[in-house]
Amino acid sequence: MTPATRSKIALLGTLAVLLLVVPLLFPSAFHLRVAALVWINAIAALGLALLMGLAGQVSLGHAGFLAIGAYATALGPRHLGLDPLLSMLAGVFAAGILAFLVGRPILRLKGHYLAVATLGLGILVHLVVVSEVAITGGPDGIQVPRLVLFGWRVVGPEIWYAITGVVLLLATWIALNLEDSSTGRALRALHDSEIAAAVAGIDVARHKLLVFVVAAVYAALAGGLLALLNRFVTPDVASFLRSIELVTMVVIGGMGSIAGAIVGAALLTVLPQLLTFFHDYEHAVLGLAIVLFMVFLRQGIVPGLAGLFARGRRA
Amino acid sequence: MAEFLQLLFAGLTVGAVYALVALGFTLIFQASEVVNFAQGEFVMLGGMVTVFAFKAGVPLPLAALLAVLVAVAVGLSLHRFAIEPAKGATVVTLIIVTIGASIFIRGIAQIVFDKQFHALPAFSGDEPLRLLGAAILPQSLWVLGGAALVVVGLRLFMERTLFGAAVRATAANRLAAELVGIDTRRVLAFAFGVSAAIGALGGILVTPVTLTSYAVGTLLALKGFAAAMLGGIGNPVGAVLGGVLLGLLESFAAGWISSTYKDAVAFVVILLVLFALPQGLLGRRAIERV
Repeated sequence: MTPATRSKIALLGTLAVLLLVVPLLFPSAFHLRVAALVWINAIAALGLALLMGLAGQVSLGHAGFLAIGAYATALGPRHLGLDPLLSMLAGVFAAGILAFLVGRPILRLKGHYLAVATLGLGILVHLVVVSEVAITGGPDGIQVPRLVLFGWRVVGPEIWYAITGVVLLLATWIALNLEDSSTGRALRALHDSEIAAAVAGIDVARHKLLVFVVAAVYAALAGGLLALLNRFVTPDVASFLRSIELVTMVVIGGMGSIAGAIVGAALLTVLPQLLTFFHDYEHAVLGLAIVLFMVFLRQGIVPGLAGLFARGRRA
Repeated sequence: MAEFLQLLFAGLTVGAVYALVALGFTLIFQASEVVNFAQGEFVMLGGMVTVFAFKAGVPLPLAALLAVLVAVAVGLSLHRFAIEPAKGATVVTLIIVTIGASIFIRGIAQIVFDKQFHALPAFSGDEPLRLLGAAILPQSLWVLGGAALVVVGLRLFMERTLFGAAVRATAANRLAAELVGIDTRRVLAFAFGVSAAIGALGGILVTPVTLTSYAVGTLLALKGFAAAMLGGIGNPVGAVLGGVLLGLLESFAAGWISSTYKDAVAFVVILLVLFALPQGLLGRRAIERV
């Protein structure tokens, strides 16, 4: 077994154990719902971690793809009479197509220019869902019908905990395999230097486009699950703050670390739940926490702690 | 003609504020390559502090001065307590630091002030001036004049003073600037202070026209950033041009196409421009070394 395979199995195993243990420790419906939200956010963060950490491309508008998945799940049944699950899959497909179409011109940009272009894309999606009141329900949001699979009504926090957990496990498995493939190595190479990668025979534009589409699909999938879990969608899913939350999850967890994306998602999902006790101070505390984490644990939690652990062992 | 002039002046007024925000972005970016997403919060602080001081009975000019001082203090603290400790971090990390800081400032403002919209009285009355059938608010002239004064003043400071030369040297090459004895830390602190003052001034001037609240900073920061990128980041002339252009486009789009999608104009334009010119309108072509 190669070391890469071993660490892959270790991470998947840890995640599986975690998925089984959490309901035993926190069996209340509220806790299971928060946990399901963590798994959903982790799916979106995983895709973004591949884009940012592996390929070194930034997206400040990723909530746009989250919103496409979420709104497709709500709009399909409402306007076309489609099944919610089918609508969600259509939304995931649509997000992938959009990413494919805009990916090539956008990914030609670098650094801050890429940041502002992706940011613009996310804001445009937000403006559309806010303004097209007749279709999306505007700022008031829109209801999502209950998911029914072969006559079985999918309800209850335990069921949704299980569904989101299994999807996260699959998403993590795919992300780990992508990381440890020739595509993953090509992405790492173009992260270091696009010119050097191109000289080595890597089709830079095609690989960047591929990882952008994967990240969009992950986000849309998370958006669809979010809509099904909450049974309600508001334009909030597409907001700039949501995009920033996703990026912050990846960076706080540790850029380029798959485990880090999950840890970051957990932290940024659970923290606001705890902060509701502070009422008015919620934003101030959240902002302060983000700044402190970025200043003092710059590499992110997972690589940062791994570094401390390694230093401790050497001492 | 009257409608055209009306939209032109509305666009120029808003564009002047975007230009000031974009100029603040550019100043900090030149000195440090940091994109400061808290730039919009300075505009918010300028408006909100003036409003609340004025309501408490402080005369308007003093209230405005106080607002600028508060914004400068916040700008300097932002540099001292968030940017400097994060020195050497990656671009994305620094972006998140400034966004975290802007959420923090907004969170505090919402506690210190409130969540309502507030207005200020116009500086020289609400009687509109008539020009070829268009009605122009005197406050618009204040905004345009104030913005022009800031742009010219900053330009003169950069070209004519020794410290201005130090700022330009730092922007050109930080290491070389340090080697000739320039304290680049002070230059960066200065950039944050001046950016904050410029932003606050924009907020004070425009509040009688557009109202203000604790939350106005986010969209202003995003549009200011788009304006700065439109002109090509790191180029003060480009920033001002980008800001004014954005304001005009928004105004004419709202008047002639759809006011619902007024806010979309900035981002559609920036996407189209970047697709055609990946370095912005006035940006230099960057060359990647391997």
